[in-house]
Amino acid sequence: MALPSPAQGSRPAHTGKQRVLVSSTSSDSHTWNLVFLQLMLEEMGNQVINIGACVPDELLIAECRRHRPDVVVISSVNGHGFLDGKRMIGRLRAEPDLARMPVVIGGKLGTRGSSVFGRHLMDAGFDAVFEDSAGIEPFRSYLELAPHAAELEATA
Amino acid sequence: MTASVPAPRQGRFGTAVAAAAARGQLVVQPRMGMPLVADMQAGLAAVRAARAATVGTITLDSYTRVGDHASARRALADGSDLNGFPIVAHGAEVTRRMLGALDDPGFAIQVRHGSPLPLGIVQALADAGLDATEGGPVSYCLPYSRTPLNEAVDAWARSCELLAEKVPGAHLESFGGCMLGQMCPPSLLVAISVLEGIFFKQHGLTSVSLSYAQQTSFPQDREALAALRRLAGEYLTGVAWHVVLYTYMGVFPQTEAGAMALLRSSAVLAQVTGTERMIVKTAAEAFRIPSVVDNVQALEEAAAAARTADSAQASQADDSGLYEEARALVEAVLELDTDMGRALLGAFARGVLDVPFCLHADNAGNTRAYVDSTGRLQWLAAGAMPVRAVAPAGASRLTADGFLTMLSHVQHRFDGPVLHSRARFPLTSSSKA
Repeated sequence: MALPSPAQGSRPAHTGKQRVLVSSTSSDSHTWNLVFLQLMLEEMGNQVINIGACVPDELLIAECRRHRPDVVVISSVNGHGFLDGKRMIGRLRAEPDLARMPVVIGGKLGTRGSSVFGRHLMDAGFDAVFEDSAGIEPFRSYLELAPHAAELEATA
Repeated sequence: MTASVPAPRQGRFGTAVAAAAARGQLVVQPRMGMPLVADMQAGLAAVRAARAATVGTITLDSYTRVGDHASARRALADGSDLNGFPIVAHGAEVTRRMLGALDDPGFAIQVRHGSPLPLGIVQALADAGLDATEGGPVSYCLPYSRTPLNEAVDAWARSCELLAEKVPGAHLESFGGCMLGQMCPPSLLVAISVLEGIFFKQHGLTSVSLSYAQQTSFPQDREALAALRRLAGEYLTGVAWHVVLYTYMGVFPQTEAGAMALLRSSAVLAQVTGTERMIVKTAAEAFRIPSVVDNVQALEEAAAAARTADSAQASQADDSGLYEEARALVEAVLELDTDMGRALLGAFARGVLDVPFCLHADNAGNTRAYVDSTGRLQWLAAGAMPVRAVAPAGASRLTADGFLTMLSHVQHRFDGPVLHSRARFPLTSSSKA
């Protein structure tokens, strides 16, 4: 399920090629999901900075500052994505310079699966939440539409 | 095994594998680690009693791996679950008593962990009277940790020296042939295994093994294992060595029949290549942590397949120049420094070694691999490594969808076409030791 928020946060602001920072959560050591996302995002024409697995919150914050990406994509498949993601986004949003950076999360976010996490994670500060049960398409569409959505907002 | 004069010193583990090899028997070994002493002891006893030449495994839990022994002690006190045997929390005396109760001083046991900083673990296993473990400065750092490679190299150097000093004849296996479990072309797996073996030798070990994980093609794997043996013979003089094969570590078949067929194919591969030891996988692997019964079944199935393997009937080895490619990688690293630790650091910094799809900050990340139309692993991009990439006809870039198909290539082949539609998303597969 994709839950792009109409009201809060911000969207990737560039048209065309975007700089996307891909990261896992602090407790998740899986990497094939991150490699898959990198290949897919590159195929879509984006530039990818992939900072890998088991990323502590402080490191993610530092890398967001260093690279200033157009969008941050968090992927987790170990079932702790809900807990890790909620804590991480709270800390990131508490940094004034990162409060409006577009950050989305997706994967297998809980051990019991399914759509109960989306709203909580949106409320915690994510701009969109993608659960693996819906497949990759909603995420792909979100990224494709995001730059144009920003244009529309600008001209509205 | 190498014959050299004077014979290098080998403890219980190296001796047990050499004795089985002399009888023409493949040694089979499970992955296994339970938190409680009674369960761990029962598991080891069941492995020893299996109808096969076996060695035992004590896999450590995640807290112990990262040195958080307080959490391991708390979990033991609370009766909460741990994913392995907390050797430090139990203490050397408890572990010694458990091993004594097995009442078989000849039964060889390896401690498995996965730590890039293993000094405390090496100290604990030596104190408990154990004499074998595995890993390596590259193979336990790049795939699973954020530890800087230079810290892992220093820690492994000190750990090797401690092990060699405290337990003469102790055995150390390089996990270098298993990088990321899947999608790494064989020449690089062979080279890293040999380089870690040389590292162990430089730091005082006299009994080592080199690993290789079964990949996507029997003829290519057969060529790789022959190359590994040839290079071990050339670079590990004065050290007793053997080769250990891992049954496929990537996305595993979902059907019992498919899983067992893949396990048997690895046993045949081990037997026809003269491989001395094999780490098995179970049919339960794709769904849950295997039980002792699952493990014993897998050990016996693998041993039976190895006994009846017919070299003439198995697919022959490729002749693709894999030995030359692996040797070029080894030589390019040796040229950088006489100290193997510094040579490895230089090699990764320059991209002379560059593991495809490895996201560690100390890996250059300029290489990519693919499974070709014949099922063999090939280089799509070789970065700065002294090997040549052979792009597939028609498509020179890896698509995300193509990559998913490659991750599941072996699963699909062994499960058969009927299961394609039921194949699970392959991205949650984990390939840890």
